Amino acid sequence: MPRIGVFVCHCGSNIAATVDIARVMAAAEVMPGVVHVTDSKYTCSEPGQAAVRAAIREHSLDRVVVAACSPRMHEATFRAAVAAAGLNPYLLEIANLREHCAWVHRDRVEATAKAIDLVRMAVVKVARHVPLTTSRIPVTKRAVVIGGGIAGIQAALDVADSGHPVVLVERTPSLGGRMAQLDKTFPTLDCAACILTPKMVEAANHPLISLMTYSEVVKVEGFVGNFRVTVHRKARSVDTDKCTGCGTCYERCPVKVASEFDLGTGYRKAIYVPFPQAVPNKATIDKDNCIYYQRGRCRICERVCEAGAICFDQPDEEIVIEAGAIVAATGFDQFDHAVYGEYGQGRLPDVITGLQYERLVNASGPTQGKILRPSDGREPRTIVFLSCVGSRDEHKGVPYCSAACCMYTAKHAMLARERVPGARVFVFYIDVRTGGKGYEEFYRRAVTEYGVNYLRGRVSRIYQRGDRLVVAGEDTLLGAQAKVEADLVVLATAMVPAAGASELAQTLGIGYDEHGFYTEAHPKLRPAETNAAGIFLAGACQGPKDIPQTVAQASAAAVKATQLLNRQSIETSAIVATVDAAKCSGCQWCVAVCPYGAISLVDRQGHGAVKSVVSVNPGLCQGCGACVVACRDGALHLLGYTDEQLLAEVEAVWQ
Amino acid sequence: MRPYAYYPGCSLQGTAKEYEASLRAIAGPLGIELHELPGWTCCGSSAAHATSHLLAIALAGRNLNLAARTSFAVPSSRGAGLLVPCAACYSRLRGAQVALDADGALREQFAEVTGEPWSGGAVAVKSLVEVLAQDLGPAEVAACIVRPLSGIKVASYYGCLLLRPTTITGFDDPETPSTLDSLVAATGASPVAWSHKTECCGAGLSISKRDVVGRLVGDILSAAVDAGAHAIVTACPMCHANLDTRQDIAGKAAGRSFRLPVLYITQLLGLALGIAPRQLSLRSHLTSVGSLLAAIEAGAALTGEAT
Repeated sequence: MPRIGVFVCHCGSNIAATVDIARVMAAAEVMPGVVHVTDSKYTCSEPGQAAVRAAIREHSLDRVVVAACSPRMHEATFRAAVAAAGLNPYLLEIANLREHCAWVHRDRVEATAKAIDLVRMAVVKVARHVPLTTSRIPVTKRAVVIGGGIAGIQAALDVADSGHPVVLVERTPSLGGRMAQLDKTFPTLDCAACILTPKMVEAANHPLISLMTYSEVVKVEGFVGNFRVTVHRKARSVDTDKCTGCGTCYERCPVKVASEFDLGTGYRKAIYVPFPQAVPNKATIDKDNCIYYQRGRCRICERVCEAGAICFDQPDEEIVIEAGAIVAATGFDQFDHAVYGEYGQGRLPDVITGLQYERLVNASGPTQGKILRPSDGREPRTIVFLSCVGSRDEHKGVPYCSAACCMYTAKHAMLARERVPGARVFVFYIDVRTGGKGYEEFYRRAVTEYGVNYLRGRVSRIYQRGDRLVVAGEDTLLGAQAKVEADLVVLATAMVPAAGASELAQTLGIGYDEHGFYTEAHPKLRPAETNAAGIFLAGACQGPKDIPQTVAQASAAAVKATQLLNRQSIETSAIVATVDAAKCSGCQWCVAVCPYGAISLVDRQGHGAVKSVVSVNPGLCQGCGACVVACRDGALHLLGYTDEQLLAEVEAVWQ
Repeated sequence: MRPYAYYPGCSLQGTAKEYEASLRAIAGPLGIELHELPGWTCCGSSAAHATSHLLAIALAGRNLNLAARTSFAVPSSRGAGLLVPCAACYSRLRGAQVALDADGALREQFAEVTGEPWSGGAVAVKSLVEVLAQDLGPAEVAACIVRPLSGIKVASYYGCLLLRPTTITGFDDPETPSTLDSLVAATGASPVAWSHKTECCGAGLSISKRDVVGRLVGDILSAAVDAGAHAIVTACPMCHANLDTRQDIAGKAAGRSFRLPVLYITQLLGLALGIAPRQLSLRSHLTSVGSLLAAIEAGAALTGEAT
């Protein structure tokens, strides 16, 4: 007969306010196998844990039930407490009286009855627990960081500075990401390039960082500590060892293409370096627009390149990297405002996005930092900014707030007042959200020092009248219609995940929400981790963020990755599937359903015959149980959640 | 021939007689059969929906119940739907249909006040624009044109009720609509790209707040004239009355002088189908269409602003 101890937690008043703790304890005392019952105001506190440890020794307990909050919250805490008292940590069961009972019910009598049921289920289950053990697997001491924007650069530098090699993979020809496109940054108005470029160079020169630009991750195999990441490196058609970045090739190239980096506000050539501070400063040929690739002639770049770096027959490559940890830092794109017919459907040339405006005010942008409108190159006298375009719009856009727009719009408005003396500047807004250090003060400066006119209300229509734009909306503070004749309109479009983000999530085997943002393991307590062990998140791929938040999360992700890489080996979970080889028919249904690729077919010798059966890799298995459900033979079991244990719980509810 | 049940509504037999006359004139040539709904009454759009939600639902619902009993209003081989030329009637009938279909409690109230259960859910309520631009389509309309209106520039004015809210209309984009433009193009005239296709004309305030109406109509007429339009077409009796009769005060508000012909889409189509202006009641507008007719006659351009 087991000797079970039951520890009922009040959780302050979280549980005790709705559940009658005394009645739960009285009921627990007569449950089969229970030899000790006690309560505590906060079982998770150090005195609470000490009481658990003491009771195990004092009452010779060999099983423990903690009736408290969700196991997602404190299962690890109590496993450690149980282990500290000398018991196998898996001889513990949590009854969730908080999230599953007290927080979701009001009726005290019924909630108490349900709490008693939950405790009874935990008691019968833990009575059937057996000690579980973990195994250890080695760790490859290298990280792969996907995305070379500020998030990826920061994470790569932090991991490398901790002494581990990093491969930094970037899809475009240069590091820098969105931040490289920005002019100044809030709330200090220091220039983005001045603080970003040194980091780009540092990453490129770091002895432990290898750069793979113009490259994309196409396949990820393996598991925590032992990933195999396949990277597709696109041919630049330029030998980067020879290219000096002198620029002769793109000066002479005859093909003009709208620049991706300038978001269509400027041009580049078919052979190009995306922007002057690009890292690496090496040219790339855009094959889709190159005359030679399209029509088989030209080769001007090859003729003028003194270094002889042009290499038209350079092949694409696939490179496999062994790594212990992965950081996803794929960033964001701008919401496409073409869905807004009322704002011109993306067809009015002088209605631009915030990021395009950044290029216009940027000294290295297409207008050398002069604010000139796209339609006729004239300096605008009246500029109107619209916040929340796409954001907070369930009908046409996305329901969430994009977090950075209020601040960058204030910045944009200030820059407009600075660069165009006497310009009239208006901002239409729903709310001005300035949560962040120094943010509210920054916004107040825009209003009081810079004379930016803030109008509270949404814009209903933007239309062309002559060579100007009419912005019609509502001023909800005055309760009046507001109509502004403008020369330039700037839309603060929502942040959406970068193109291809969901496909990469599927490659990585990590979760993403309905908008495509990657899902963190816990919204508050594990913001830089994913539910896939060994894969971490940095920056706007996880949700809209500004630069300070992005850098903070990138460093957090780097610490988490470094923690992993610092270990010689890692402990696998004990809650994994196991195979009863005698029952397995080798049908491989489980192989098909396993989301982690943890199951494979192996040959097994026995009685002079060879039988094909499945085998579970405990390093990959995340204990989800999908295979157990799929198994037609009843050959798969999830340790800690066996049929016997779960059916005992079901029976206990009907008692 | 496409047989439709036809709901005229009060306007088409009162202030917008020319809309009905021109609709009946073009129906035959375009292959549209109109079967006026026997026993139709007020749709509930003007006074009723401002005073009683239930009355507005019940009036519209009663008419839809009537329509459901004809063989023309429910799509089948014998019927193509309930054709509603007036934008306000269309909005009210569709609005009531959506509300009654969605809300069981409302259906019970409806049955109680009308003495009959709701049965109008299957009726295909269609605006005239929807019938012309989608049931027939611009190609089929263009094939019937005998007198192309080439050289004439027309501003398509949709107003508010034809397109919004999209949850009850939905046949065209509410912000950048194109159905009316496609019909203008089918006549051989050129639809102008302009900014005020869906701006409010202020018809609801036409009697009570003339200053507001003057400003709104002035904006719309200015935008149409500036876009080079020789005429505005519409499919709404309220818009028509407002744009046609308020050009004086609109001119004062805008600081210019307007004489821009405002036609129903049926009248423009009628001209292109070679129907005599008299049959299309073109002479009943307050703003003269003489200059437009002369231009069509001469194939020459003209301006909507008095010089």
